[in-house]
Amino acid sequence: MADVSSSTNTTPTDAAMARPGRFKEFWRYFRENRGAVIGFYVFIFFLLVAIFAPILAPFEPSTQNRDFTLIPPVWQDGGDWTFPLGTDPLGRDMLSRLIHGARYSFLVGTVVVILAATGGILTGLIAGFAPKWLDTIIMRIMDIILSIPSLLLALVLVAILGPSLLNAMIAIAIVLQPHYVRLTRAAVMTELTKDYVVSARVAGAKLPRLMFVTVLPNCLAPIIVQAALSFSNAILDVAALGFLGMGAQPPTPEWGTMLAEAREFILRAWWVVTFPGLAILMTVLAINLMGDGLRDALDPKLKRS
Amino acid sequence: MNTVVTADHLARHYEVGGGLFSKPGVVKALSEASFSVEAGKTLAVVGESGCGKSTLARLVTLIEEPTAGTLKIDGVEATPDNWDKLRDTVQIVFQDPYGSLNLRHRVGAILEEPLKINRPQMSAKERQEKAREMMALVGLRSEHYDRFPHMFSGGQRQRIAIARALMLEPKLLVLDEPVSALDLSIQSQVLNLLLDLQERLDLAYLFISHDLSVVRHVADDVVVMYLGRPVEFGSKEEVFANPRHPYTKALLSATPSTEPHPDKARIKLEGELPSPLAIPDGCPFAPRCWKAQDKCRAERPELMGDHPAACWFPEG
Repeated sequence: MADVSSSTNTTPTDAAMARPGRFKEFWRYFRENRGAVIGFYVFIFFLLVAIFAPILAPFEPSTQNRDFTLIPPVWQDGGDWTFPLGTDPLGRDMLSRLIHGARYSFLVGTVVVILAATGGILTGLIAGFAPKWLDTIIMRIMDIILSIPSLLLALVLVAILGPSLLNAMIAIAIVLQPHYVRLTRAAVMTELTKDYVVSARVAGAKLPRLMFVTVLPNCLAPIIVQAALSFSNAILDVAALGFLGMGAQPPTPEWGTMLAEAREFILRAWWVVTFPGLAILMTVLAINLMGDGLRDALDPKLKRS
Repeated sequence: MNTVVTADHLARHYEVGGGLFSKPGVVKALSEASFSVEAGKTLAVVGESGCGKSTLARLVTLIEEPTAGTLKIDGVEATPDNWDKLRDTVQIVFQDPYGSLNLRHRVGAILEEPLKINRPQMSAKERQEKAREMMALVGLRSEHYDRFPHMFSGGQRQRIAIARALMLEPKLLVLDEPVSALDLSIQSQVLNLLLDLQERLDLAYLFISHDLSVVRHVADDVVVMYLGRPVEFGSKEEVFANPRHPYTKALLSATPSTEPHPDKARIKLEGELPSPLAIPDGCPFAPRCWKAQDKCRAERPELMGDHPAACWFPEG
């Protein structure tokens, strides 16, 4: 156990050291992966941008400056410091729209991960504890969902529910859920063979307690990693749905929707498509790098002590 | 004498395999187990791997229901309906202290969990007092209360496991190879702790082990099991000094001795343990026994005699 070293230098009186010790250990493993740390800082940067969007953005995202349509970014001929990244065909400031778009991306990521993880973890726990027949039914349903291309399924769901950002989020949460179910079920089945679960049974623990107090906390490490990775998946999928006109509706400054609106100007004004694309790319890349680092730090099999 | 647990012809069979078209096989993990344990006494169950020791532990601790036979705990017959009431009476300590403690809970929470579940009227403060008391009893310091199990050594973890098992003040403690995962110097510490606790709390122990030198140290009575059946039963002195079943004799001769030149030659058993899926008709030990005769292969011997052994031609 890697923690033995950190526990030996805790003084006996300082019992509160237990938790920082564990966090410190996590951070030590996480820091070893440089890409993950860079990803983490980029993620924090985008998060701050999203939180302080109204302060940072020079314009309202939907203000139309009719006299300044399709202004190029500053470093190009005809650029203007009023619009550092140029304007779109309706004269809206690209920078402000991108900054506000970060809010939607984080909203989407958070809501989708919460929805998918809650549903997935609950279903996975039930499948892991359930008798074989119920387990089989649940897992075959999950297999069916997984066998349909995820974007196609999300499209069908949005077509049924009607195109809006909320419906897109619900559809993507449903599409992402089976991964959580599988992961949770596998982790639960491993944990159930261990003696501490039997010990809780002997102590008289009933099913809900066994599920949520005894077993679930021990299954969380792979689920956290999956949550980080599906955060980026959610952003990507919502952008894709937005691009197809099935996600956020104009004039919402959602990055995918911005791409779709600017599609026809791609040859005349490269910046209207490039910047939203870059924003999506950087966020997703940063989160994926961070997720890899999380996996390295949380997966006991990869730990070197 | 106060009998805490009585088992009468206890059996546990498992169905294994069996697909859509094939009939499942039956593993007789345990059959015909009868014994009783009195308060303050230790009954040791010995035998090689796969002889049904742990199945017995699971039946006695009310984790599994016996296929046949009855189990009386504290005079009450245990059925799944009253398991919850009997939990207080029987608790278990597992072999591997690295797997038997929940790594996400602090020692305090681990100790208080049985109280939280079974004594809902108890206040948090009372629970904590009780946990600290128990920690002192098993030799843990009070600052250990807020720590996580990964900060402890194997011996200390086993002390935590013992403390947890004692929180409900049980009358019977099932010890499923409680020291075999520990190194030798720690083994004796934990064994002495167990003996000390037995004396102080008048506990009955069902001590499951394959280590005969440990059994010699702690047991009052000994049951020797082979392939799911008891083959010999007797007091520690009788069994160790005067083994009657050839299997017991072979087991004893395999115990490492401290003497440089033991006078007795070691008995080497030939052949392998028969598959528990297809136990031979006669004495299950016959294929490996050096005294086996035709009668042994044809008929199964029951436990016989006043130092009972399941053998047609017992020793001594």
